[in-house]
Amino acid sequence: MSHWPFIAGAYAVTLVATVGLVVASYAAMRRAEREAGTRRDSR
Amino acid sequence: MHAFANPARFLKLARPLTAWLGWGGGLLVALALLDGLVLAPRDYLQGESVRILYVHVPAAWLGMGGWAALAAASLMQLVWRHPLAAIAARAVAVPGAVFTAICLATGSLWGRPTWGTWWQWDGRMTSMLVLLFLYAGWIALAEAERERSGDGRLAAIFGLVGAVNLPVIHYSVLWWRSLHQGQSIGLTGTTIDPAMLWPLLGSALGFTLLFAAVVLMRMRALLARQKVEARLRRLAA
Repeated sequence: MSHWPFIAGAYAVTLVATVGLVVASYAAMRRAEREAGTRRDSR
Repeated sequence: MHAFANPARFLKLARPLTAWLGWGGGLLVALALLDGLVLAPRDYLQGESVRILYVHVPAAWLGMGGWAALAAASLMQLVWRHPLAAIAARAVAVPGAVFTAICLATGSLWGRPTWGTWWQWDGRMTSMLVLLFLYAGWIALAEAERERSGDGRLAAIFGLVGAVNLPVIHYSVLWWRSLHQGQSIGLTGTTIDPAMLWPLLGSALGFTLLFAAVVLMRMRALLARQKVEARLRRLAA
């Protein structure tokens, strides 16, 4: 049995989950900080 | 630690640190995984599947480390009423759960070619699955408390009680007969060849830096949302 499909699967799962987590956290941070800044400006 | 209890002081440090940790972690992970995939030798017993351990082991450490951080933040919240402790616990929970899920998925993908099975209900795997359920329960409880404007005490107590599972995961390979291999890296030494150890340590450090960057991003988002909510409450009053 070739091990490479399992290796590719493990790396794909890790990279997709990690990149997804980083991008989602970054987007949420930017959105929240922009909203906090906008509301301060409009006060 | 108490010096950073002030959110303004924390943000002053967190803003530049987020980028450094994120880019540094990303670069280190890329180099270590390239080393692990291309340069590191195959294992005499496991064959090529040993390369899965360069992502599986850091994920396991971060899944457990995440709950240890959550428990430490819960303790600070309950004992010292540290203003950022509850926010830190909420910021750690989701990345901790994601890395626990990665650990379980990659472990399963390693087990099939190595052991001939995707899953075994042995001590290490079952206690790691319990950790994933604990994360899910904690996230649901913290969210429910937030919606009811609670102070997060219940979630903090749950965070401390759930830490009981950490020594169970760690010692499970000693306490019960297990398919899972025992400890290869200890405080006093390692049984891993340096050609395999360096990509493993590089990957572990890189993923840890990325994890820290994600926690800072989530803390910054929570603080900004808290600020908006406080402002809206003041306007409504």
